[in-house]
Amino acid sequence: MATIEHRPASGGIGESVLRKEDAKLIVGQGRFVDDLVLPGMLHAAFARSPFGHARITGVDRSAALALPGVAAVLTADELGIAGGVPCASNPTGDTRQPRQPLLAEGIVRYCGEPVVMVIATNRYTARDAADAIVIDYEPLPAVVDGRKALAPDAPLVHGQYPDNLCCTLRHETDGFEEAFAAAPHVVRSANFNQRITPVSMETRGVVADWVRASGEVTLYTSTQVPHFVRTFVAVINETSESKVRVVTPDVGGGFGAKLNTYREEYLACAASKIVGAPVKWIEDRSESHNATIHGRDQHQQYEAAVEADGKIRALRFRAVQNNGAYLQLLTPSISHLTVFMVPGPYAIENISIEVRQAFTNTTPTDAYRGAGRPEATHGLERLVDEIADELGLDPADVRRRNFIEEFPYTTSVGLSYDSGDYGTALDRALELACYDTFEERRAEARGRGRYRGIGLSSYVEVCGLAPSAVTKAIGISAPGWESSTVRMHPFGKVTVITGSSPHGQGHATSWSQIVATELGVPFDDVEVIHGDTAFAPYGLGTYGSRSLAVAGAALYRSVQKVKEKGRAIAAHELECSVDDLEWADGRWSVKGSPERGATIQGLATSAWVAANLPPGLEPGMEATTFHDPPNFTFPFGTHVCEVEIDPETGRVEVVGYVAVDDCGNVINPMIVEGQVHGGVIQSIAQAIFEETVYAEDGQLRTPTLVEYQVPSAADLPRITSDRTVTPSPVNPLGTKGIGEAGTIAACPAVVNAAVDALSVLGIRHLEMPMQPHRVWEAIRNANPTGAAR
Amino acid sequence: MRSSIRITVNGVEHDLEVEPRRLLVHALREDLGLTGTHVGCDTSSCGACTVHLDGDAVLSCTMLAVQANGRSITTVEGLATAGGLHPIQTAFHERHALQCGFCTPGMLMAGAALIEGNPEITEAEVRQGLEGNLCRCTGYQNIVDAVLVAARETARA
Amino acid sequence: MIPTKTAYTRPESIEEALATLADGARPIAGGMSLIPMMKLRLASPASLVDLSGLAELTGIAMDGSDLVIGAMTRHREVAGSALVRAQAGALADAAAGIGSPAVRNRGTIGGSLAQSDPHGDLPAVLLALGGSVEVRGASGSRTIAAADLAVGFLTTTLAADEMIVAVRLPGGAGRSAYAKFHRRAIDWSIVGAAAVIRGTTTTVALTGMAAVAVRATGFEVIVNAGGSLEEAARHAGDGTRPAEGLDGSAEYKRHLAGVLARRATEAALAR
Repeated sequence: MATIEHRPASGGIGESVLRKEDAKLIVGQGRFVDDLVLPGMLHAAFARSPFGHARITGVDRSAALALPGVAAVLTADELGIAGGVPCASNPTGDTRQPRQPLLAEGIVRYCGEPVVMVIATNRYTARDAADAIVIDYEPLPAVVDGRKALAPDAPLVHGQYPDNLCCTLRHETDGFEEAFAAAPHVVRSANFNQRITPVSMETRGVVADWVRASGEVTLYTSTQVPHFVRTFVAVINETSESKVRVVTPDVGGGFGAKLNTYREEYLACAASKIVGAPVKWIEDRSESHNATIHGRDQHQQYEAAVEADGKIRALRFRAVQNNGAYLQLLTPSISHLTVFMVPGPYAIENISIEVRQAFTNTTPTDAYRGAGRPEATHGLERLVDEIADELGLDPADVRRRNFIEEFPYTTSVGLSYDSGDYGTALDRALELACYDTFEERRAEARGRGRYRGIGLSSYVEVCGLAPSAVTKAIGISAPGWESSTVRMHPFGKVTVITGSSPHGQGHATSWSQIVATELGVPFDDVEVIHGDTAFAPYGLGTYGSRSLAVAGAALYRSVQKVKEKGRAIAAHELECSVDDLEWADGRWSVKGSPERGATIQGLATSAWVAANLPPGLEPGMEATTFHDPPNFTFPFGTHVCEVEIDPETGRVEVVGYVAVDDCGNVINPMIVEGQVHGGVIQSIAQAIFEETVYAEDGQLRTPTLVEYQVPSAADLPRITSDRTVTPSPVNPLGTKGIGEAGTIAACPAVVNAAVDALSVLGIRHLEMPMQPHRVWEAIRNANPTGAAR
Repeated sequence: MRSSIRITVNGVEHDLEVEPRRLLVHALREDLGLTGTHVGCDTSSCGACTVHLDGDAVLSCTMLAVQANGRSITTVEGLATAGGLHPIQTAFHERHALQCGFCTPGMLMAGAALIEGNPEITEAEVRQGLEGNLCRCTGYQNIVDAVLVAARETARA
Repeated sequence: MIPTKTAYTRPESIEEALATLADGARPIAGGMSLIPMMKLRLASPASLVDLSGLAELTGIAMDGSDLVIGAMTRHREVAGSALVRAQAGALADAAAGIGSPAVRNRGTIGGSLAQSDPHGDLPAVLLALGGSVEVRGASGSRTIAAADLAVGFLTTTLAADEMIVAVRLPGGAGRSAYAKFHRRAIDWSIVGAAAVIRGTTTTVALTGMAAVAVRATGFEVIVNAGGSLEEAARHAGDGTRPAEGLDGSAEYKRHLAGVLARRATEAALAR
């Protein structure tokens, strides 16, 4: 088998080191959940509700049970599990948290809700059996729109509550109304941040192996949060945390959708216990469109009180968040993150916020790349352009005029922005985008029959939610710390165990770079492992662009501990004081006598041999850190988009895109740029292509990748990315986070560009996704005589 | 209700007994243990399951195993030769053209077919040629660049 | 993702294939539509007869002034054929744009016409070119003109025991073109237009405007009377009632029909 050679560079911090992760993935030797086979393994399939809301009046399992190879056909009755899928979020203290049973109990509340689970010898038979089950339903009135769900006469999703309100998030600064009334202009803006299907290329999947004899449970699952899954399997499946091992093999993308625990994880464990064999379930793509969380789905209204120069004096924000039928792990916190980011990068001192969260007969919404922050950024950046438009100002000037300039800065919603330099990023983006000469390009395009426009988006986001006291205070019952272990082996090689749980982010490479620099050992001497609760210290996982800022800092601290232990051993061996030693290039040496010293790798050997250690010092060279940062981090930047619109068809084409991001210090620029590319493209996809659509009766109208429009390389532009560097003061590496910047920034840049392109027709607003028919209709409605050409 | 088929996969001949409805991708993954080929959708939309059938890129999840009877298949496991990695594999690594790696086998197989005998392929042609392969991580830019690099490399080899 | 149980044969002669069809088997050509339908359980054929073993059903050749293409000829071969480009440019355009390369490597011209998807490109091309399909069945051979082949959504006048063996097109339609509009590159056409210019006569057929391909009569009348393409475009969708969907309103599609009819005609004129 051919293999690749790692680049033999020093592999330290700041280099674009090629990824360690790639070697197996490019030869087909990745190990994803569906690749796993256990002895005697059986396969699961589900009969799911075809209705958005219905009463189950009968289940006939006989045809399924009669099929050869069917081991079990399970309904809620057979399971007898009292618990439900957990929600770790209660942002108001009185957030309604209806139980989400593992299999439907009498009522189905969204299309795709699982009703019956089948276990059979292979996936073909399991599917046949699931389809052979006859379930009688009595359809009930459904509601799929968050705003309609809050109307007085709406059908109730959960009969135990008097209405469909989940909770209301409110925040208002003192004297808001007076401040609002004092400004000379009021600018209003409304947006719908549409519902999105995450579409990790690997769907979800599990293999559960409950060994009855010992009570040990091993669950292989495609997740971003293995330790959460373990904790909740212990609770829901009523066993001991120490009996449960969760393993994440290679994970084919998550984008927030796998920052969750799902019914099928608990069900596979329960079924494995019942049938006495390992059980595999792999989600079909079309199943996934119903069964895995959706993102966004927030209706927004803004009112800004502004000065004539565009300075925003007060901002009123009202929104309705569609939570779906049940709460998943963090559902109510997603629009809470929107609340935190309502003022964005601007010094808006007076603010009034109200977000109502609604239950509907739809798949639950939860974190999707950006998670609440894209909603805030999109609405605000559209508003800023509308302010510029109404007041006849340059959109770049309005942004610059409102930017926060002094850091740390406490915002009107109470966050303390760590560091920033928003103007520099804006200037750099405008320069790269040739903003000054845009009108020439607009005119040239017009000569070709195209409308060309340019749009800006300046953003700040929040990453690394911590410290844990704060996450608790905002109603998230999961903490915000992260763990690391650095283990030096007898010959000085290093194993890093990280509590985060990557799925494409390149932790093995970046973490090795940190160790290479901070411990002075060769890059290739470091291995990074993760995602197995049997040997990893408890970790919170990979989400919210937190890994480098929190887990990276945890790693840094473990490295320092190991280094300090080496120092003690070196001092003992060299018969000097630790204060006489200095550190350089992976080696402790006596100050002024560099030849008298010892390498950290040699000191690891000494620690293992343990024959000559300082009195009281334990053998071994290993350290574990649980790091709880003092604050969030706040990456920022400005993106500039240019589009061209064909007025005959309404097609919006991105023809230029510049991203200037500031994520603090960078460990691996290549990986950072890859995150920007992916995030920006995912957001352009939301702006132009993707929307999850329900019919009024609760049927999903985008059930496959034919209807749901994930674009390919043929549909998308090249982008240019650059960075400014403003280190974060809240962690020792000065890093901030980059995973979500692109999805947060790009949508409004694209929409602002399209609105700018069509502004000559009097168009002031376009809803996402800007699919051709919508744009054509906007053009037609704006200019009924000019649409044809 | 089983059919006997003989298929050559990565140069090795295999005799299999399969249900006629069995998808080729399941025969490759489950019967032959070649799990490098992935399933990403059920509507021929994503290309994750792309393999070569007698040299042509095809979707192994949109084909029955029995339809491959008597044919020769190359999967991602067979892309490298004794002489080393295929240039497109090297280019994907060097250009950071993969993140989670799940779409990668299909991208590699689609890309390898695209550049075969076409070393001067343009960026626009590469983008068009990858219209059937979805990636959710990379934004495609580095994938497109890697395919272009591999195409030029193929010409030099 | 999992098809229902089915039986399968791959005959090596047309006679054998016809006998299997007569026993109730469903023909499978490239399977690019049928297999996804089986995976989603929208189709559950009890048995399949695979036509890929019938070598005589592939190939592209002239028969007198007609271009004859075997039913099992793949889109890729049609798209790449110089003969097709010279004799029926619209067909080459359309074949080159179906699905993705992997789909074009398996999908066939006969399979696509027999599938008769309202958003498929080939029925409109066949209609505009004035082509026909040659059919064989248990009761013999017949020819079905393009206009008589498709009768409804995924429905043709082919009997259950019949199959398309070849597609016959009057040659000399090098001045023809196909223009389509879709959201993503891989998508089916929302609307497509095939334009064929023979002498002074322009013929245009449309994809996506009804359950089957239709002629753009309103467009043709104006163009053939010497009217402008712009004027004709305003009438391309006259009389059609395309389905409303996530891809647009009927009005939008009627508008697109005009844009695409004009673009296809301009492209044909330029050839």
